[in-house]
Amino acid sequence: MNALYALFAVVALMLLAFLGVSTADLNVLFGAIVPYAAVSVFLIGVSYRVLKWATVPVPFRITTVCGQEKSLPWIKSSPLESPHNGVYAALRMALEVLAFRSLFRNTRISLAPDEKSIGGKRIVYSSNFFLWLGALAFHYCFLIILLRHFRFFTEPVVFFVPLLQDLDGFFQVGVPGVYMTGLIFVAAVGYLLLRRFSNPQVRYISLAADYFPLFLLLGIAGSGILMRYFFKVDVVKVKELMMGLIGFHPVVPDGIGSLFYIHLFLVCVLVAYFPFSKLVHMAGIFLSPTRNMANDNRAHRHINPWNYPVDVHTYEDWEEEFKDKLIAAGLPLDKG
Amino acid sequence: MSSEELDIKPEELLDFDYDPPQKDWMDPSVAFRKGTYCYSAAPKNLEYLGLPNPRDWQPHDKDWKLPPDWKETILDGMKDRLSKFRSFQLFMDICVRCGACADKCHFFIGSGDPKNMPVLRAELMRSVYRNDFTAAGKILGKLAGGRELTEEVLKEWFYYFYQCTECRRCSVFCPYGIDTAEITMMARELLNLVGCNINWALEPVANCQRTGNHLGIQPHTFKDSLEFFQDEIEDITGIKVNLPINKKGADVLFVVPSGDYFADPGTFTLMGYLMLFHEIGLDYTWSTYASEGGNFGLFNSHELIKRLNAKIYLEAKRLGVKWILGGECGHMWRVVNQYMDTMNGPADFLEEPVSPITGTKFENAKSTKMVHICEFTADLMQHNKLKLDPSRNDSLRVTFHDSCNPSRAMGILEEPRYVLRNVCKHFYEMPENTIREQTYCCAGGAGLGTDENMEMRMRGGLPRGNAVRHVQMKHDVNRLACICAIDRATLIPLVDYWAPGVEVTGVHELVGNALVMKGEKERELSMRGDPLNEMEDDEDV
Ligand code: HEM
Ligand code: SF4
Ligand code: SF4
Repeated sequence: MNALYALFAVVALMLLAFLGVSTADLNVLFGAIVPYAAVSVFLIGVSYRVLKWATVPVPFRITTVCGQEKSLPWIKSSPLESPHNGVYAALRMALEVLAFRSLFRNTRISLAPDEKSIGGKRIVYSSNFFLWLGALAFHYCFLIILLRHFRFFTEPVVFFVPLLQDLDGFFQVGVPGVYMTGLIFVAAVGYLLLRRFSNPQVRYISLAADYFPLFLLLGIAGSGILMRYFFKVDVVKVKELMMGLIGFHPVVPDGIGSLFYIHLFLVCVLVAYFPFSKLVHMAGIFLSPTRNMANDNRAHRHINPWNYPVDVHTYEDWEEEFKDKLIAAGLPLDKG
Repeated sequence: MSSEELDIKPEELLDFDYDPPQKDWMDPSVAFRKGTYCYSAAPKNLEYLGLPNPRDWQPHDKDWKLPPDWKETILDGMKDRLSKFRSFQLFMDICVRCGACADKCHFFIGSGDPKNMPVLRAELMRSVYRNDFTAAGKILGKLAGGRELTEEVLKEWFYYFYQCTECRRCSVFCPYGIDTAEITMMARELLNLVGCNINWALEPVANCQRTGNHLGIQPHTFKDSLEFFQDEIEDITGIKVNLPINKKGADVLFVVPSGDYFADPGTFTLMGYLMLFHEIGLDYTWSTYASEGGNFGLFNSHELIKRLNAKIYLEAKRLGVKWILGGECGHMWRVVNQYMDTMNGPADFLEEPVSPITGTKFENAKSTKMVHICEFTADLMQHNKLKLDPSRNDSLRVTFHDSCNPSRAMGILEEPRYVLRNVCKHFYEMPENTIREQTYCCAGGAGLGTDENMEMRMRGGLPRGNAVRHVQMKHDVNRLACICAIDRATLIPLVDYWAPGVEVTGVHELVGNALVMKGEKERELSMRGDPLNEMEDDEDV
């Protein structure tokens, strides 16, 4: 059900863009106003989110420790799993962000018959790095595709674009050259979506908000691929539009083709949706207290800005209460 | 009730699968089935601590006697905490429901109940957060994953947030480090605001506030118990160990979880400490006021952590010691490592800890001034300051259970292993998915280790039990060592159920066995009073 809602939403968005441009002639709306609005929402929204998180204090140092702490000098510590200073904490974070370190640990369990175990069954662990692989493939392809798009946003085209294009199109197949990232991207997002349907636990927890970005991404990638390989759009005009937007002199050239507007509109939706959804995990991960703090609590005092005094049973009151018992046991009293 | 009296056989307990039900999880529903939940806290305990809404009630009652404005109280409490804990705010916002954490929780693994998947446990609260604290939820409601906070939802919170042992295993696997334990801690604080506490978590707090320890042991009884162990040691070794209590001006204040002077097998570990300190001539003291290192406040609220924990520094100051040494305990070390200094420091009246025997500076503890006994003992061993005869533990085939908090909230993995390898010759590790940072909970932590919760404990104990059984079959392991007082109580029924024949032991119990003391008589008995080389021998004849 949740998946259907999400699919409907994405299809409706596509139709909206298609009808808007092809029948109502709303090119200016979809070519200029919506993109500006989306980017504004993104910038304000993400800043708001990050500022909101950043202004909430971190009262305690609650590092999740995943390895030996630094203790006695002759005991080998694991500074990347249990960082003892800020530098190692930053490296740990870099591993999380660049290599999805924690996801790499993923395993899957099942309950299998085993006569030696009590009750006749036991837990078996199997490796399960597909989620890691799929997620990593998706994110890196997303990044590369995003960077490749800079050929539309820069004049002269920035140096990394041809570089990426060469790398990406390394296996020249067909004309125009097929970019691997585009295909891997679709495959990876497809896998993530399929997983949401086929893994019973993941399906059970999935909300509409989990399917929506995946359908949206497939819509974006799909329309992009169609434009590149099947229904050519006028790339020169697209660049004109983009450069206009970037230079704050929006010009909306005629005859780009509605497919492009669908593509652009879905991207705008993604961009505007970003700050209000789980997609903010991109910013959030950097602020995650269990991952970005060093495990050095006993060596350096962490300050809680709202630490407040509490009701404590003081020694004096305690001694008063147990005076007779203390005397009977021959234990010394403070108040003679 | 022990696990043997649990009238569900392991076969029946394992008769479930991991397929979630048809029903949407958003519809709240809980059945308080006997054996799977803990009883409510007695009103006297709430009254003693000054907590809200003390009353007679039970979770299985239809009417929970909530205060009329309970909903407002909870939502206000949520708002307050969202602005005080970045962890809470962030963890409400960034979960992508990837499911990596789903099958990492021992309670899910042993029950198949989807609401025991860490992600769904957290969603129970996140759905309310979305409904009341996000724009999308306010407008779109259920479509955006929002749920109104109803009494049914509250009951669900109670059931599932007292079915999380705050072990943090899920957090290890989450790509963003989302720690469901942190969410559980918030949920319990909120539940506490309207008087929905459990007795097993709260009574120890009331006891500790009053007497200084969870078990409510008063100073004269404390002293009697220690003297009893002194006599036991004399029987075994012929040596009367010294027993300094409330001694002003000692070098070191020693703090242990009260379970260690209350019940076997913790007591054997405590005897190990007494012998060790006597043998090395440590100038230290016990305290009757700070007679608890553990801190059940952790299982209720941050404020209660601070109230109980304050006594340790207060007592260190009053006695004028130089630094503090802490015994084997799991959650105690979470508090010491992650909360104590922040809450009740700075301990600037103490000195940076230095071992008086080896001269080693414990630089990693230079601010809290509190050292873990395994760090202390490992250092002694590395400097060859102890005479050890590991053959006295020859009849023991030992494996080591990393307790949740020492591993995931501290990172003390090697020290206990180093100590164990020095005192026994037969040491075997359990499979790697079940130890170190991936270790499994005993399923009785965080105040859930009570008998009425036995079915759930045995379910949650399945992955640990399986792993123990594995080394029992493979290497004839007969001892499960740990450095946690809760474990020493909760692992016993667990292994009786899932790996019968294995006994639970503290690390310093084995140190006590192996320690060769100056002037001791020939040792014939172990700390348990069993003949040394025949212990547990005839078990598998
Ligand atoms: C610092 C950068 C980022 C990191 C470390 C990161 C990490 C992750 C990880 C570990 C997952 C979980 C795996 C999964 O569910 O597939 C994930 C999921 C996801 N990420 Fe990111 N991400 C980042 C940036 C982004 C950006 C910029 C987007 C933009 C669209 C994005 C979109 C998504 C989506 C849609 C999912 C959900 C996939 C699913 O539903 O299965 N991420 N991310
Ligand atoms: S692993 Fe983290 S992000 Fe993934 S579902 Fe669990 S809590 Fe959410
Ligand atoms: S903290 Fe432990 S008990 Fe709680 S949800 Fe996570 S894995 Fe389960």
